[in-house]
Amino acid sequence: MTEKLLINALENEAIYIFREVAAQFEKPVLLFSGGKDSITLVRLAQKAFYPAKIPFPLMHIDTGHNFPETIEFRDKLVNELGLELIVRNVQDSIDQGKVKEESGRYSSRNVLQTTTLLDAIEEFKFDACIGGARRDEEKARAKERIFSVRDDFGQWDEKNQRPELFDMLNGQIELGQNVRVFPISNWTELDVWTYIENEDLEIPSIYFAHKRDIFMRDGLIWSASEHVYKDEEEEVEERMVRFRTVGDMSCTAAVDSYATTIQEVVAEIRDSSISERGARIDDKRSEAAMEKRKQQGYF
Amino acid sequence: MEVLKIATAGSVDDGKSTLIGRLLYDTKSLTDDKLEAIEKSSKKKGYDYLDFSLATDGLVAEREQGITIDVAHIYFSTATRSYIIADTPGHVEYTRNMVTGASTSQVAIILIDARHGVIEQTYRHFFINNLLRIKDVIVAVNKMDLVNFSEERYNEIKADFEKLVEKSDYEDQHITYIPVSALKGDNVVEKSTVMTWFNGETLLDHLEKLDTVNIYNRGKMRFPVQYVIRPKTEEFHDFRGYAGKVYGGEINVGDEVVVLPSETKTRIKEIFFNGKKYQSAARRSSISISLENNVNVSRGDMIVKANELPRMEKTFTAKVCWMCSKPLLVGSKYVLQHGVNKVLAKVNEIHHKIETDFSGVDTQVSNLQINDIASVSFQLNKPIFFDAFKEHRTNGAFILIDPQTNNTSGVGFIE
Repeated sequence: MTEKLLINALENEAIYIFREVAAQFEKPVLLFSGGKDSITLVRLAQKAFYPAKIPFPLMHIDTGHNFPETIEFRDKLVNELGLELIVRNVQDSIDQGKVKEESGRYSSRNVLQTTTLLDAIEEFKFDACIGGARRDEEKARAKERIFSVRDDFGQWDEKNQRPELFDMLNGQIELGQNVRVFPISNWTELDVWTYIENEDLEIPSIYFAHKRDIFMRDGLIWSASEHVYKDEEEEVEERMVRFRTVGDMSCTAAVDSYATTIQEVVAEIRDSSISERGARIDDKRSEAAMEKRKQQGYF
Repeated sequence: MEVLKIATAGSVDDGKSTLIGRLLYDTKSLTDDKLEAIEKSSKKKGYDYLDFSLATDGLVAEREQGITIDVAHIYFSTATRSYIIADTPGHVEYTRNMVTGASTSQVAIILIDARHGVIEQTYRHFFINNLLRIKDVIVAVNKMDLVNFSEERYNEIKADFEKLVEKSDYEDQHITYIPVSALKGDNVVEKSTVMTWFNGETLLDHLEKLDTVNIYNRGKMRFPVQYVIRPKTEEFHDFRGYAGKVYGGEINVGDEVVVLPSETKTRIKEIFFNGKKYQSAARRSSISISLENNVNVSRGDMIVKANELPRMEKTFTAKVCWMCSKPLLVGSKYVLQHGVNKVLAKVNEIHHKIETDFSGVDTQVSNLQINDIASVSFQLNKPIFFDAFKEHRTNGAFILIDPQTNNTSGVGFIE
């Protein structure tokens, strides 16, 4: 028997939140993107309910423009851990005429995900959606609650949020409403990476430095792919890069890197002077970009 | 990694956001792209200095009004530990946000504008930190650059604040005074080269040296059961684990415990964390336990040590901070959430409204409006297992949920 349990404050908080979700809601779901934050969530959920299985399914809203490495990783993880995975496709929402594909230089399917997500919530009657958003990612996220109530239209009313006192979480909602839950709200990017290192978690290969065909635009490194709009004059070259987030190919920029191990990645993050969302093209659209998307129901 | 949560309070123009921006800037926590955004925005506004307040003011409405309107969380870390700042607005109508921010914090920074000194707002900020039992309070006398870095002025303000401290009944509280200029960077992270008369530590040095173990208010061990784990697998056929967070003190295998409300005596058989068994677990750890006897335990029950029983009552009086625009009335019914336990509560009596300015004036009122604090007595449909808030910061607090709107309408601190 091991001696005394040493505590990691952030991990304990997240486990506590997961247990509150399981206890307070009828139909929770864990939104899984295959990215490092959702991988961290899966690990925390396992810990929260051990030796029982995670008592809710995972759901991936697939834009169809994901990095193939991420999808491969997603399926492997779900298989190995024996988890239930639901996939809903943005392509279906487009085919049904519910959303219109963007066109042009900065076109992305990132915003379109919202409709697919809200439809899926309604289809399965999910009352709690667990996500890996962190308050340090972006200014508008800094005010997000741990239990964040969304109305029937999935909208976030940032001026009318429930106060969260001590660690008491109020999950009472009306029929039709749902709660977005953020167990790693208080983690920073470095906290997540350190956790992945300490827990020896597997992550998709694109997080590590690899050779990739890229082109430069607005000082950012874009992945050259059929899903990413590219001007004629934008030249493709091969470069050693890695990704700090694994959003859509069309809205996730790479960074120059030679970090091929988790230790090297953590060291790089520690010294890094560009914030993680700085490599997210969708936030550069305007200073209030994230807040606007959130009001519309984006995660 | 250790985490220290800090609540900041200050009036609109005390330079709170600038102070936080300065902390981030001088600890190299602002990234290039954030710094670039700040520079761009400062230029647009025509400032000849960096407007750090932009590093923290999140929402569009705030950028328009130039004030903070909700609780925002800001993160930075040093080699010693991680810090989370709950940035809460200071103006009088937002008591509710200040109480919220302070409820999860162990340290508070009260900002005073050196030009204006201790004002009514300062009283209120200190009062709320006291009400919430924040153990370590830092009084940052800011904008020292605007009073010529005057030692005399600083001492005057310090003396005024000390008079306030005399009115407080919280003896264990530790108060530290620091003269700073957030705009110029004096005594925030770097020691001031101008205020050589000040011998104390800088703000960051003080934070770095705080003992995060002792800064938590101790109390008796309380284990509220959050969730019952029943795997029903071959390997764990009859397993029943009780998941929860340990509050107040340590829990050990073999401890003689009592399960409430049944008052059944048993012992802690095993302590689990992620598949491993442990001999003991410290407070604030999220563990699961199993018990020696087969006891019926469900969510909301509480496991305590046999010789440390809490109060188990259906009526009590509490200080309530009201957070909802719909007033609290005598006779109204609410869902009372005490930790993870929910019961129904009826408001029996509003004794008096408590002024937050230490004036000691108690006003008789018939209802509670948003941001009011008052002494209120309640009648519950079932007993809860609690301690006085002064003795137990977690087991003495509860929230009130409006059954019609489901909103968290108020918070209570049991007397």
